[in-house]
Amino acid sequence: MENKNLISITDYTKEEIFKILDLAEDFEKNPNQNLLNNKVVATLFFEPSTRTRLSFESAISRLGGKYIGFTDASSSSVSKGESVKDTIMTVANYSDLIVMRHPIEGSARWASEVSRVPIVNAGDGANQHPTQTMLDLYSIRKTQGTLDNLNICFVGDLKYGRTVHSLLQAMAMFNTTYNFVSPKELRIPDEYKLYLDKKGLEYQEHRELDEVIKSADIIYMTRIQRERFSDPMEYEKTKNAYVLKNDMLEETKENMKVLHPLPRVNEIDTNVDENTKAYYFTQALNGVYTRQAIITYILGLK
Amino acid sequence: MEMNDKKLQVSAIKDGTVIDHIPASNLFKVINILNLNKVETQMTFGSNFGSKKLGSKAIIKLSDVFFADNDINKIALVAPEAKLNIIRDYKVVEKKIVEVPESIKGIAKCMNPKCITNHEGIVTKFTVVSKKDVAIKCHYCEKITDAEHMEIL
Repeated sequence: MENKNLISITDYTKEEIFKILDLAEDFEKNPNQNLLNNKVVATLFFEPSTRTRLSFESAISRLGGKYIGFTDASSSSVSKGESVKDTIMTVANYSDLIVMRHPIEGSARWASEVSRVPIVNAGDGANQHPTQTMLDLYSIRKTQGTLDNLNICFVGDLKYGRTVHSLLQAMAMFNTTYNFVSPKELRIPDEYKLYLDKKGLEYQEHRELDEVIKSADIIYMTRIQRERFSDPMEYEKTKNAYVLKNDMLEETKENMKVLHPLPRVNEIDTNVDENTKAYYFTQALNGVYTRQAIITYILGLK
Repeated sequence: MEMNDKKLQVSAIKDGTVIDHIPASNLFKVINILNLNKVETQMTFGSNFGSKKLGSKAIIKLSDVFFADNDINKIALVAPEAKLNIIRDYKVVEKKIVEVPESIKGIAKCMNPKCITNHEGIVTKFTVVSKKDVAIKCHYCEKITDAEHMEIL
């Protein structure tokens, strides 16, 4: 059995990503498969994330596995000052695979170096959230029939949004055209522009959410958080400038789908939900299939 | 003649290595990185010499000490312009320049305060993403530390 982890989306080749997406497709057709019989998965949430945790626990349950863990650090030995290394080395004794979410960046990579069982990163601070990226890729391929040569429009907090950064990196393998729509304070960091420059990919930055969405195959919306602004006035001024409304979708492409990593606050009007171009709730469902695929792939069960 | 003898003892070495063009402010970092406090043969160093290139430079002379390229390249982060003269029988037999390595273990600190390496006792690891204006990417948090923010451990 290969001791493989999922720490950063860039650790995986195109072939491995396709393999996982194909497995996820299989789980979508047949979600209840007893592949994790007699296996124990640890879900260690050093910071709370209800959505991601439930998605993982649903995936494990549908595979017939058991899970153990904690839902935030205050209810574990971490609150007594235990190091990541000690927690991981201990829990590795009780489980066959560890899913972890931790606020400190690089903690998952470090865990993978001290653990004798595989680690799946469920988010390490502002760094990586590769299972989200995998489900985004699955949703894009499913709705567009391909990952190649697409036009993706990212909207909102492009500075701190790790889902944006990881998806952008993953999509760079597929000759993607990028449009970035954000307030000045939250524009895409230079290191990611440099990344796209090096790959010779096209991108444009925009301040306004308008014409640019007409050419998009995917609109990837993100939440703009109040705490990202040093000046609360700036937040008040910008928060309504990046809201997607139903009438704006009229002139968008037929195949276009709206994605959002959720939770949403007000950046997508609720009347968009009924539009056939809204895909974010199905996207969340796809997260369960994708996580089933990741767990079984890593454990060598598929 | 007496003067000459004295001068000979301080500034010339028979066999060994001279490291020149070290930025004066980083002399002690170079000494630390190369573990020169463990050297038991003669060592002299001088600092705050005038230098057109660096403004103010330092120099280290080590008797009977020779470095492997891998070891000497570790100082590239703090002394990218450093030049080595390899001395045999009072003559410079070889000149070397330091080269920024592809990866770095230890030595530098990750500038990201939220990086795990700044929270638990972990040896830092980086890949070098730019050699000209040195920039290094953390193996753990994947953030880039540039020359301006680089702190040597």
